[in-house]
Amino acid sequence: MQIKPILGALRRHKAGTVLIALQIALTLAIVCNALFIIQQRLAHLSEPTGIDEANLLVISNQWAGTMSPQQIDAQIQTDLIALRQLSSVRDAASAEGYPLRGGGWDNFVMLKPEQLQPTTDAAVYLGDEHSIGTLGVKLIAGRNFNATEVMRMGSRQIVVPPVVIVTKALADRLFPDGSALGKLIYPMTSTPTTIIGIVEQLQRQGVSAWSKPYAYEALLWPMRQDAGGVYYMVRAKPGQLAAAIREAPAALYAQNRMRILDPEDGGTYPQIRQRIYESDRGMAILMGIVCVVLLAITAAGIVGLTSFWVGQRRKQIGVRRALGARKRDILSYFLTENFLISLGGVLLGSVLAIAMNLWMVQHYEMARLSLEYLLAGIVALLLLGQGAVLAPALRASRVSPVEATRSV
Amino acid sequence: MFGYYAQLGLRSLRRNPVLTALMVMAIGFGVAASMITYAVFRAISGDPMPWKSAQLFVPQVDNWGPQSHGPDNEPPDMLGYVDATALMNAHAAQRQVATYPISFPVQPADAAVTPFSVDGYATYADFFGMFEVPFRYGSGWSAADDQRHADSVVISSRLNDELFGGANSVGREIRLDDRSYRIVGVMQHWDPHPRFYDVANDNAFAAAADFYLPFTRAIDLKTETNGHSNCNGHAGIGWDGMLRGQCTWISLWVELPDAAALQNYRSFLQGYAAEQQRSGRFPWAPNIRLRNLTQWLDHEQVVPQESKVALLLGLGFLAVCLINTVGLLLAKFMRRASEIGVRRALGAARREIYLQFLVEAGAVGCAGGVLGLLLTGIGVLGVGLVFEPDIARLARLDLSLVGLTLLVAIGATLVAAFYPTWRAARVQPAWQLKAG
Repeated sequence: MQIKPILGALRRHKAGTVLIALQIALTLAIVCNALFIIQQRLAHLSEPTGIDEANLLVISNQWAGTMSPQQIDAQIQTDLIALRQLSSVRDAASAEGYPLRGGGWDNFVMLKPEQLQPTTDAAVYLGDEHSIGTLGVKLIAGRNFNATEVMRMGSRQIVVPPVVIVTKALADRLFPDGSALGKLIYPMTSTPTTIIGIVEQLQRQGVSAWSKPYAYEALLWPMRQDAGGVYYMVRAKPGQLAAAIREAPAALYAQNRMRILDPEDGGTYPQIRQRIYESDRGMAILMGIVCVVLLAITAAGIVGLTSFWVGQRRKQIGVRRALGARKRDILSYFLTENFLISLGGVLLGSVLAIAMNLWMVQHYEMARLSLEYLLAGIVALLLLGQGAVLAPALRASRVSPVEATRSV
Repeated sequence: MFGYYAQLGLRSLRRNPVLTALMVMAIGFGVAASMITYAVFRAISGDPMPWKSAQLFVPQVDNWGPQSHGPDNEPPDMLGYVDATALMNAHAAQRQVATYPISFPVQPADAAVTPFSVDGYATYADFFGMFEVPFRYGSGWSAADDQRHADSVVISSRLNDELFGGANSVGREIRLDDRSYRIVGVMQHWDPHPRFYDVANDNAFAAAADFYLPFTRAIDLKTETNGHSNCNGHAGIGWDGMLRGQCTWISLWVELPDAAALQNYRSFLQGYAAEQQRSGRFPWAPNIRLRNLTQWLDHEQVVPQESKVALLLGLGFLAVCLINTVGLLLAKFMRRASEIGVRRALGAARREIYLQFLVEAGAVGCAGGVLGLLLTGIGVLGVGLVFEPDIARLARLDLSLVGLTLLVAIGATLVAAFYPTWRAARVQPAWQLKAG
């Protein structure tokens, strides 16, 4: 195919050419960035928590009457015994936060007491000897807490249990040589706490952008808080979650009526996931709709403008056909023409896409656009252009050579 | 002439129904995408008190020192108890309130009803005047109530409906966290968006608060904040640490009606910080901020990123749709070059050609606007799928949005039509007639 005559013809349709190229460029820039945002949001959605989500129930419990710290601690213990006695319940533990809660307690972690720059940041979970079994996390080294190690903590008290269980991610960050077990760490404390166990995986309470560098870094302290509310983590026996959802609140109210179980906090893990990922999912849906409609509109625009060109050039096409051009030649003329315009469009679009992404990186905590997305977008738009131009081009190729002899 | 052009336009639009439908759809989708995202953006980025926002200020004092901040040396966005009470007691502004969010269980008088929890604020008497809170019954409490740490409470109309069936409950008692409070006022529905006075606790779009009681009383009862308490280094221990330590958990607002008051307060605040430096409490140079309501919302980045990115996408979408329309209109108009040539040869002025084609484009714009309106309506209903419910419930289709949608559609189409019309008007009659 000769490109020179095509370029010559395009020079006579500057406005249309520029408009199609511009439209392709903008579409490429928007679609690339939108797809990239979708991927980032969806990647979030599929991150595992490391716990037995299918059988877990989280109950948010506030006290409705005035209670002393002693009364609260005693009530929590009797509540837990009552929960564990339910036939549908495998185990239960108290907690102060849970994975995907949306936010919660985190501490900087230091390796030396006088260290100024923290080594890393860890989500802090409180629990007891039942916590690991209740959450269903896997202990891969060391041992669990025992009942005598569990301490009590009042509101805003500083209590540092001498032992701690950490996640593998945290252990590897602090001691990359794999020697974490038995080591001392200082999680914003001046007294050390000894690593006695390592669990395989446990997600943090939040998934905000700031905590990304510290993903899955968490520690578990043997402590019960005897002020404010408490979370009851309840692990149902396999297949009995529905029964546990019915029985657990009733069992708690039977122990003491003066409590408030918040239905908008905790719940089952599908509910918790939906709550925290609501905006992620929504954003992905929005971006998806925008991409599809945008591509459709761009394709429609190409069809419209090319149809007009075909209509305008019927006579020239007829002349070419009369002079011996085959149908194939006419078809490939329009396909090549579109390819050249699209090429210009995607070149400009690539620059726009990168500029748009850099701008968003600067303003909206977004990651750098990876080049695969840009390449995929370029290929998609070139194909879209060829696809859109196919129908008008086929119509052009069917123009009869007789057209050459018609005066209008 | 206008009617004739409208007729011509309609006939021309009917001649290529596919092309016309394409243009109408492009305009409709483009306008709808930008209007839906704008409806959300408008709902959350507005000024909650436009008539007064320039007189309401947030004082900040650095109680952590320069080594705890980034390069902008920005002080914490709330105050500690010591500084908050010192600034309150100085009475350096016309009105001032210290506020923090609290949450209490309500014990209904009827023992059969299970307790439930309500969110509210501990604040000062000036709160209601300063923020112009409307009352259904009664009023706020007095400054004297602040002084004597009174057990007065103002409740929302929602809580009043739930507990007292909507009757005038002023003077009656309510039990919160096992203590009795006397109701002095019942608000009308009052839920400014964003909730400017508590954005520091990420409550900008939370559901409306249900009760307000004196700050001094809440402190007596050692009521913990239901929001953030940000501590630098080691947190203080227990309630005493909350009061005397350097944790920040209280928002302060002052009303400064004019430039002179602002100037005075700024130098007062500077003087206060300098005094702390002299006394050795803060061994660093005074570092204060005094932002008004709109500057504060801007600084706290209240508008969520989702909504900004979405608005940008919506506008980009509209731009693509417009370019698309320019191309299609160009094709449509230039196809009629010979018709234009004939009209020009018969004596039509350029102006007439302009008018004819702009009328035709305007018709496309109108149709696009109607389609856009329909899609916007559907989109606003479905906005809950995309944005958090707290934010989605704020977006709605009102008269001004309807007007704006039509205006944007027609305006955008006319802008898009300008270049094709200009090209059409430049058609040389002689050349066209010869070619024909």
